[in-house]
Amino acid sequence: MAAILENKAVDDADARKIPMVMRGAQILCESLLREGVDTIFGYPGGAVLHIYDELHRMCGRLHHVLSRHEQGAIHMAEGYAKATGKVGVALVTSGPGATNAVTGIANAFMDSTPLVVISGQVPRKMIGTDAFQEADTVGITRPCTKYNYLVKDIRDLAEVIKEAFYIASSGRPGPVLVDIPKDVTAETAPFVYPDRVSLPGYRPGLRGSLKQVKRAVERICQARRPVLYVGGGVIHSNGSDELLELAERLSLPVTPTLMGLGCFPSGHPRSLGMLGMHGTYWANMAISDSDLIIALGVRFDDRVTGALDKFAPNAEIIHIDIDPTSVSKNVRAQIPIVGDAKSVVRQMLDLLPERACETSESRLADWWEQIQTWREYAPLAYKNSDQVIMPQYLIEELYGLTKGDAIIATDVGQHQMWLAQYYPFNGPRQSLTSGGLGTMGFGFPAALGAQIAFPNRQVIAFVGDGGFQMTAQELATAVQYKTNIKIIVMNNNYLGMVRQWQEIFYDGAYSHVNMEWLPDFVKLAEAYGAVGLRATRPDQLPGVLRRGLATPGVVVMDILVSEEASVYPMVPAGAGLKEMVLG
Amino acid sequence: MRHTLSILVENRFGELSRIVGLFSARGYNIESLTVAETLDPKISRMTLVTAGNDQTIEQITRQLEKQIRVIEAVDMTGFLHIEREMALINVSAEAGPARQEVVSLAGIFRAKVVDVSSDGIIVEATGDWAKVSALIELLKPLGIREIVRTGTVAITRLSERNAAQDVVQEIDEEMTV
Repeated sequence: MAAILENKAVDDADARKIPMVMRGAQILCESLLREGVDTIFGYPGGAVLHIYDELHRMCGRLHHVLSRHEQGAIHMAEGYAKATGKVGVALVTSGPGATNAVTGIANAFMDSTPLVVISGQVPRKMIGTDAFQEADTVGITRPCTKYNYLVKDIRDLAEVIKEAFYIASSGRPGPVLVDIPKDVTAETAPFVYPDRVSLPGYRPGLRGSLKQVKRAVERICQARRPVLYVGGGVIHSNGSDELLELAERLSLPVTPTLMGLGCFPSGHPRSLGMLGMHGTYWANMAISDSDLIIALGVRFDDRVTGALDKFAPNAEIIHIDIDPTSVSKNVRAQIPIVGDAKSVVRQMLDLLPERACETSESRLADWWEQIQTWREYAPLAYKNSDQVIMPQYLIEELYGLTKGDAIIATDVGQHQMWLAQYYPFNGPRQSLTSGGLGTMGFGFPAALGAQIAFPNRQVIAFVGDGGFQMTAQELATAVQYKTNIKIIVMNNNYLGMVRQWQEIFYDGAYSHVNMEWLPDFVKLAEAYGAVGLRATRPDQLPGVLRRGLATPGVVVMDILVSEEASVYPMVPAGAGLKEMVLG
Repeated sequence: MRHTLSILVENRFGELSRIVGLFSARGYNIESLTVAETLDPKISRMTLVTAGNDQTIEQITRQLEKQIRVIEAVDMTGFLHIEREMALINVSAEAGPARQEVVSLAGIFRAKVVDVSSDGIIVEATGDWAKVSALIELLKPLGIREIVRTGTVAITRLSERNAAQDVVQEIDEEMTV
């Protein structure tokens, strides 16, 4: 109630055109509230003391989650943003606070996640003097942010925050950093929150050129071997419904990237599963033999295309992306369309000829038959064991208990690829993973951010023994905020993916990939006040998973899996998609 | 191939380093760079010369366009335009034939002699990159002590103005509408 009254006071002051005079810290917090922020993830320090003082005075109007390391705070904000579609907000102090945040910021930049990161800076007069906890934060983060600011005048602060949120969330989303010197947060100025931003050089458009969209639709209606190759852009633009309609009406095969998992229902008959280095055989064959690739919200990442000179040699390419620099960057598009995935697909649907459905189904019958042949030739398979838990078996069991509806976050590596292969996500914003940067330690804090956004949903951090150790300190955060997060450690005692590459490409010479000393993850969980469970044999697994998922509070499940299992199929680095090793 | 890029950018601190960073992060070289404010002091014009194949230049231009504070980035090489740069060239030339040679070369290139001492001359040369480079080549045998070049500035020809705008608009339509 107090919160509502205070907001009203500010609004009334606005109405009378007598802006309230506030100190910078309060201007910052009020601006965040104006942007609809309810939760921020952060870690205090000297340069942000005024801001933390303001948070204290706000009596919970802004919910602050205290991480145990700044990297954790940024990953949490990213998990929160990916799961909700809102802008994630993090707050860190100057110097080491900001440098610790850099990995998280770079991760969000590569995966186009909208974040606003507030960092403290030393007072203006001390900038450039090698002051205590000083770092050139805007310089350090310039290459890994969509934009960044150093606020040198308190009168700019509200406008900068407004712009930061607009830039982070519009166009191709990304992280924006706002560096605020301590003395700016202490100064006072009238608070006026701008209604609009003025950015003459920044005009992100949504709709594609009509001429190009028409050409694209014509081509799609003629193609005999088309494939829809879809990615994170579909999720960012909330375009899943449109994609589903397009695929169903035109009988189009759909293959998602790692970042696109869930943007199209994985169990749908039109879904081919993921493509790329560890994609399905039939998805990669379909892409390779295709005569028309409709690339939607994707960027032709090297892990997707394999060797570029062997990529889809006979395909014409329609490339739809909101970022003009992504279009034709790696693979030349014959029909480039700059626009967001949702709007462009909606334009396409509006242009579809009346009888497109029936004609497509018959025209593509042979193509679907071919795809079915590939699917039967090399289905995803592994040899199960009654002695040792196979990682794929673990994921199938997890799927059985969660039915594809859980939010699951992963790090990078084998566990991430197996999950992508064996866990068919039903919907968008359920798979939270580190795609572009490939950050170990991302999964657990990202899952925590999502769990904080959705306290009542089943959120799982599915991580490896290596990655978990990089951000395991956030167990304290998870327990402190009484979350129900479940952590499954797929423990093979190895840096599994690196081991796999050493096995295949370095004659099995394992160089420093064996975790010769691991902590007891059950005791570690208990030390943090969480519940720890362990499964070492296949017959224990279903019981441990069921118990773990059903136990309230934070649960760490240490699942000892086969040490030397490898992820297949696999396209070796530098090979073409057709040159898959099936395992 | 050399390309001259003309960039309009909001005149704010940090923007120059952001643009230069784009080049260094991708391993592209900058041959020359000039920056100064335009009629509107809130906006700066950068003229940047770089080398690369068409695809590289297209990617660079789009990366520049993508920058939040960049209002316009155009590859001038596609249009009729005028390029100029200035060089100050310190040539060793004692009184006598050597000095006469420098003065006459300067005359041919319509360069100005701006300073003379007992053993040297400073010549101010203006022209496009090729012309200034040609003069430098001719002066080299006489003993150049130091050269300072401004880097290229470029402006589209009046007759090309409208045509250029049309092309830019067409590209915009293709890319962003």
